[in-house]
Amino acid sequence: MQWQIEILLYIILIVAALSALGIRNLLAAVVILNIFSFMSASIMVSMGAIDVAFTEAVVGAGAVGVFNILAILRTSRKSLD
Amino acid sequence: MKTPSGSPIIQVAARGLVPVIQIIGLYVFFHGHYSPGGGFQGGVLLAASILLARLSLGTEVSQLLFPARKTIIFSALGALIFAGTGLAALLAGGHFLNYEFLPLPGLEPAELRNWGILIIESGVTLTVMTSLIAIYDEIIGC
Amino acid sequence: MAAAAGLPPRGDLHAPAHLLVNPAGAPVAGAYYIQHAYKHAGTPNIVTVVLADYRGFDTLGETLVVFTGAISVLFILRRRRP
Repeated sequence: MQWQIEILLYIILIVAALSALGIRNLLAAVVILNIFSFMSASIMVSMGAIDVAFTEAVVGAGAVGVFNILAILRTSRKSLD
Repeated sequence: MKTPSGSPIIQVAARGLVPVIQIIGLYVFFHGHYSPGGGFQGGVLLAASILLARLSLGTEVSQLLFPARKTIIFSALGALIFAGTGLAALLAGGHFLNYEFLPLPGLEPAELRNWGILIIESGVTLTVMTSLIAIYDEIIGC
Repeated sequence: MAAAAGLPPRGDLHAPAHLLVNPAGAPVAGAYYIQHAYKHAGTPNIVTVVLADYRGFDTLGETLVVFTGAISVLFILRRRRP
């Protein structure tokens, strides 16, 4: 039963990474990156590395999101390419 | 941001969430000996609580919570606690960061290592928390 | 990919990384920490003991990296305060 859940987590991880690359609204890209970090934390939990997963979840939710939003506010909201 | 958020929902939610996140951060830091967690995670949680206040409650209120001019001092203090613990063990006759030789009287070597781990984790917590707040403050310019 | 299919599954008790002595006859490093961590430091969490005690110098480097990041941001972006 475990490998089906892991396959599902990997699929969500890859879809989140690709859509964060392709989306034009940068604020939405930051939120999708949060989903990416939460999914990687879940994969680490399923591998049994609780400490690494905890660090990944805390840093991805607490620090990286805030600093990405700050960078967007200092520059521009839309992607240029 | 510099002015408080216009929405009362965000203000009330932030005022309720900030103490809860701080309590969880302190729990993660002090309970790192017995469960997953430790200095880095607790420091990031404490920093996240203050960053939430900075984002939603405006400069005046959040500067009362943690003043911007003291961040880098506490950051240097945390690194100094860590390196000073190692140097104290070195000067007391052991290797660098060997907590068995810390000059605390009346404790067995295992208890000394326990306390040494707690001391350096507090240094890590202080450095991580104040460094993240300092980066935010310098970017936003207050 | 072809080599990854031949690896033992995660959590296998008889994998070479989880034995006391590896197939070449040398003692495995992880078993020493698992056996001695509580006796040495009086702390149940082995990860904390390894991070902060056995490999304390690495944690010192990590802390100094964070501190150096804050210092460099401060020097680059500092504006005159009134």
